Amino acid sequence: MGENHIISVKDLTKKFGSFTAVDKISFNVLPGEIFGFLGANGAGKTTAMRMLCGLSIPTSGKATVAGFDVYRQTESIKKNIGYMSQKFSLYEDLTVKENIEFYGGVYGLSRERRKEKTEFLIDLLKIEEARNKLIKSLPLGWKQKLAFSIAIIHEPKIVFLDEPTGGVDPITRRQFWDMIYEAADRNVTVFVTTHYMDEAEYCSKVSMMVDGRIAALDKPEKLKEQFGVGTMHEVFVKLARPAA
Amino acid sequence: MKRFINFVWKELLHILRDYRTLLILFGMPVAQVLLFGFAITNEIRDAKIAILDFAKDNTTREISNKILSSGYFMLYENLQTPSDIEPAFRKGKIKEVIIFEPDFGANLERDGKANVQLVADASDPNFANMVIGYTTSIIADYQSELSKGKTLPASINPEIKMLYNPNLKSVFMFVPGLMSVILLLVSAMMTSISITKEKELGTMEVLLVSPLNPFQIIVGKVIPYLLLSLVNTATVLVMSKFVFRVPIVGSLPLLIAESTLFLITALSLGILISTISNNQQTAMMISLGALMLPTIILSGYIFPVENMPLILQWISNIIPARWYIRIVKGIMLKGVSFNYIWMETLILFGMTVFFIAVSIKKFKIRLE
Repeated sequence: MGENHIISVKDLTKKFGSFTAVDKISFNVLPGEIFGFLGANGAGKTTAMRMLCGLSIPTSGKATVAGFDVYRQTESIKKNIGYMSQKFSLYEDLTVKENIEFYGGVYGLSRERRKEKTEFLIDLLKIEEARNKLIKSLPLGWKQKLAFSIAIIHEPKIVFLDEPTGGVDPITRRQFWDMIYEAADRNVTVFVTTHYMDEAEYCSKVSMMVDGRIAALDKPEKLKEQFGVGTMHEVFVKLARPAA
Repeated sequence: MKRFINFVWKELLHILRDYRTLLILFGMPVAQVLLFGFAITNEIRDAKIAILDFAKDNTTREISNKILSSGYFMLYENLQTPSDIEPAFRKGKIKEVIIFEPDFGANLERDGKANVQLVADASDPNFANMVIGYTTSIIADYQSELSKGKTLPASINPEIKMLYNPNLKSVFMFVPGLMSVILLLVSAMMTSISITKEKELGTMEVLLVSPLNPFQIIVGKVIPYLLLSLVNTATVLVMSKFVFRVPIVGSLPLLIAESTLFLITALSLGILISTISNNQQTAMMISLGALMLPTIILSGYIFPVENMPLILQWISNIIPARWYIRIVKGIMLKGVSFNYIWMETLILFGMTVFFIAVSIKKFKIRLE
């Protein structure tokens, strides 16, 4: 485990009774990397991610997130990560401003800092006219970009994105990925799960989970080379087929 | 702490934003008190009565006239013998029979004392109670008129008999029950719904990943409802006192303290429900079916516990509202001090601790 790894996982395992959801996975993530965490439904992605976020205690193995141990230092982990779930995680019956201020408060930002952030985000996302509108009245694409901005409002070292682009049109997805790149440029590590194989191409490193194990782990170009195919989609099909 | 206040603020915004629910929450106690209050204290008008007059003298005639001219009563028939009473009631038309003893006027003149018997059809207990109340006050009125300018006060002794339901409950009894139902509804149902809502929308996960700990999240969600329920308690108390003149004989601070304890019991029940249900519908069904119905039926709110079959009496012991209703009745109507209700208080406290302990256990399992 190198000291410069922001996420370091070694033989991490989670069992529910006799069922092994995550089976001895190991990988390392460098700061500023976009780490794609891929796999079919039920492959164990969510369970692995929950362990890294401090929501679930592993059965065995070792893992550190932002330098903190996932067994004993979950509280410190929580302060240093951002999280966005596939359900957008914004409160529909609150306004844009209230959502930003609430999440800012949850992460302990001061009143002035929250005000500053609110102005900054409204300006960045160009949603001045929506400032005092309820979230439920906004288009899906706006909600999603706002949710991402809020997930990194406290400038965490790592942000976990759980299938962030489900049900969004291709143009908005493209814009969303631009935001992810900008965050990565600011040295935020991005840990993202996705079903879209074209998105896998955008990642700096990709891990493919099949039946609780990591079946492949490398840069997208290397994986395509290794399997002798042209797209990540084909890589996925080749890997996932034995399981099907 | 700052984070916590921020969280409570967000929760308040949720409640304020949903103004329809808010209207129901604040309007419901008012509507219920008014409904129950007026349904029960509904004025009597032209209630049919029968008179069995053994004396047939001036005094009894005067009293009868006074009663019949009050506007509340109407003479349905004059009875001749005591054996007419039962059939007269069975026909179901009359609500009350007034029986004057033989030599009523003479007795009153000679001894300053006479007896009149009031028999009411208590198969409708509240109505019977009112009919009796009106009659006795008219007789008392007559008596005080008669006593004017006399050295020896005349005393007419109305002897009251409730047919078919001897243990008649007071009309004021609805307030304690109503309070427990409203508090339970607001506290348990609304908290369980608001917690499961976060689960359903996926925001609960985000909160759990945040630096807020689960304890802060739960307490933060509960506090606004605690405040709301306290407002509701006050509304019910103020309305019953000023609109319906229900007395608060005992100590008000004690009543508020006990109500807060019951609120916490209800809130912990709400939390428990939210830990075992995954969506709002389930939470609502459990709250209504497993909480509201038994509370309304088995707590003594509508049906007296003492009259229930033994097995239901046992079951009613596990219903928190039963103990709360006893506490409220004790304080409000009898004016008892804490010494008389410590057992009920202890039971409520024990239940609260139990519910919270189970919730924490369940919550931890979910986190695994």
